[in-house]
Amino acid sequence: MFDRRRNQFSVKAMPGFAGITFVTFTLLYAPILILVIYSFNAGPGIARWEGLSLKWYWQAWNNQQVISSSIRSLEIGAFAAIVSTILATAAALATTRTSPFRGMRFIYSFINLPLMVPEIVTGVALLICFAQVKIWSGYNGLGYLFAAHTAFCIPFAYLPIRARLETMDLSLERAAADLYATPWMTFRHVTLPILWPAIMAGGMLAFVTSLDTVVITEFIKSGGQDTLPTYMLGQFRRIVSPELNAISAMFLLLSVIVVTCFFFLNRKKE
Amino acid sequence: MAQSEAVNSQTAIERAARSRDVRYRWLLTTPALLVLFLFAVGPLAVMLTYSFLKPGNVGGVAWIFSTDGWFKVFFKVNIFEGTVELADAHLAILWRSVSLAFYTTILALIFGFPVAYFIATRPENRRDLWLFLITIPFWTNLLIRTFAIMELIRNEGFINTWAIRLGLIDRPIQMLFSDFAIALGMLYVFLPLMVLPIYASLEKLDFRYVEAAYDLYANKWQVLWRVILPLTKSGIVAGSILVFIPALGSYVVPRVLGGGRSMMLGNLIEFQFGQGRNWPLGAALSITLMAIVMVALLVYVRNQGRAAQHV
Repeated sequence: MFDRRRNQFSVKAMPGFAGITFVTFTLLYAPILILVIYSFNAGPGIARWEGLSLKWYWQAWNNQQVISSSIRSLEIGAFAAIVSTILATAAALATTRTSPFRGMRFIYSFINLPLMVPEIVTGVALLICFAQVKIWSGYNGLGYLFAAHTAFCIPFAYLPIRARLETMDLSLERAAADLYATPWMTFRHVTLPILWPAIMAGGMLAFVTSLDTVVITEFIKSGGQDTLPTYMLGQFRRIVSPELNAISAMFLLLSVIVVTCFFFLNRKKE
Repeated sequence: MAQSEAVNSQTAIERAARSRDVRYRWLLTTPALLVLFLFAVGPLAVMLTYSFLKPGNVGGVAWIFSTDGWFKVFFKVNIFEGTVELADAHLAILWRSVSLAFYTTILALIFGFPVAYFIATRPENRRDLWLFLITIPFWTNLLIRTFAIMELIRNEGFINTWAIRLGLIDRPIQMLFSDFAIALGMLYVFLPLMVLPIYASLEKLDFRYVEAAYDLYANKWQVLWRVILPLTKSGIVAGSILVFIPALGSYVVPRVLGGGRSMMLGNLIEFQFGQGRNWPLGAALSITLMAIVMVALLVYVRNQGRAAQHV
């Protein structure tokens, strides 16, 4: 009975806050859900529902540009995720498993700087540099996109890995060292297995980030190097093909799967 | 005796460990730093150089020193009278960018604070799930979320079609391609950035202060305004800056939802590198944008430092 009375006047309750939260979540999810639902619409666009159909998915599947730009996006994403995660893991080990040193703050802010620079500025700066390199070297391939995406993804991979290393129990590593394990053996057999979920989480974050990156790609790509986001950006005109709803829905599904994996990998072990 | 030997060997091990540390430290960080230097940080320095050159004939630059790019950010020369005037077109876009980013931040705060508060007052085992629900949209493609808003508010879009069908309006309301559309889109896209830091500071809030306020006959409003808000100020400032920075530099949202009609700084920069063919001016505009962002970041860092001192 005492509990009941406490519930009636909760110290933490604020009038209207639950309502605003409900509205916010609705507004956050409704546009995406409408987009997904109407991607199954037999009729064009989201003006009127004309029955269930997979026709826009079929059309997108048969669109050569959509397929090739999707493959390019996945290639770049996979490359950038793997390389940036390896680099970020190394950097995270070096900035947590040593005694504090003078350059550490500098390294930390240097790694996180790309997060703070507006994407358009990075894109333009890379455009300037790569335009010059393209003239000098005559190379016009995908390498520029690989390099730019890798650099951009490093902080995203670095942060979860570093966070895990900082909260990790050091006693196992110390025990290994006491038992005459070399630093490499300690890393290989103790640190790496414990750190592995965080490394995967960082890699996934990097992968999603690369897939999401549109401005940088838009500025530095050469002709015929559209990724899926830049292809879509080019299609947003006054009249939009309903095919884009289907592409968006597939793209969303992929992102949600990757982010969900990230969430479970990054969860603190109880 | 045995003790001092133990101490000695300890320091010897430590010394060895330290010199190994120094070697590994640089071996492990150099690759990441090198990639970042070459493909993220270094190009910014090149851009600064470019802002002091002359524009080339077909884009690019001519390697001649000139402050013309910077001059044109703020001023223009009236060719008929030969007088120097303020570059009102550029300044209008700069002003629109700052004010749209500002409105977005305020709106995000109005929606974001109650959400963060709601999540922070849930039972502990549920909070992770709520946070996950807030972050999912944030990690799904920004372009697609912008597109979703476009599909909602366009003339043939979801809202207008349904409003006409229900007889609320006779003809579609033009919402797309306006400042309103841009602010709405940015609010939608950047809202999670407001919620997370406010949540972080609310989570640390000691609710005994709130209880004490109620014991002293404060009403809900007074508790919110005079106890909770001051105690979570650092989270509010952090969230506001985290929304303001990407909103100010935003390019995709104004391009898709503003059409050609409502430009923001990002679109003006892009224009100078595309049709405008004035790379030095574009570079100078980019540095201007960076400078505003850096000022906001300094406020952020000082705010975080102060928050750390208080705890």
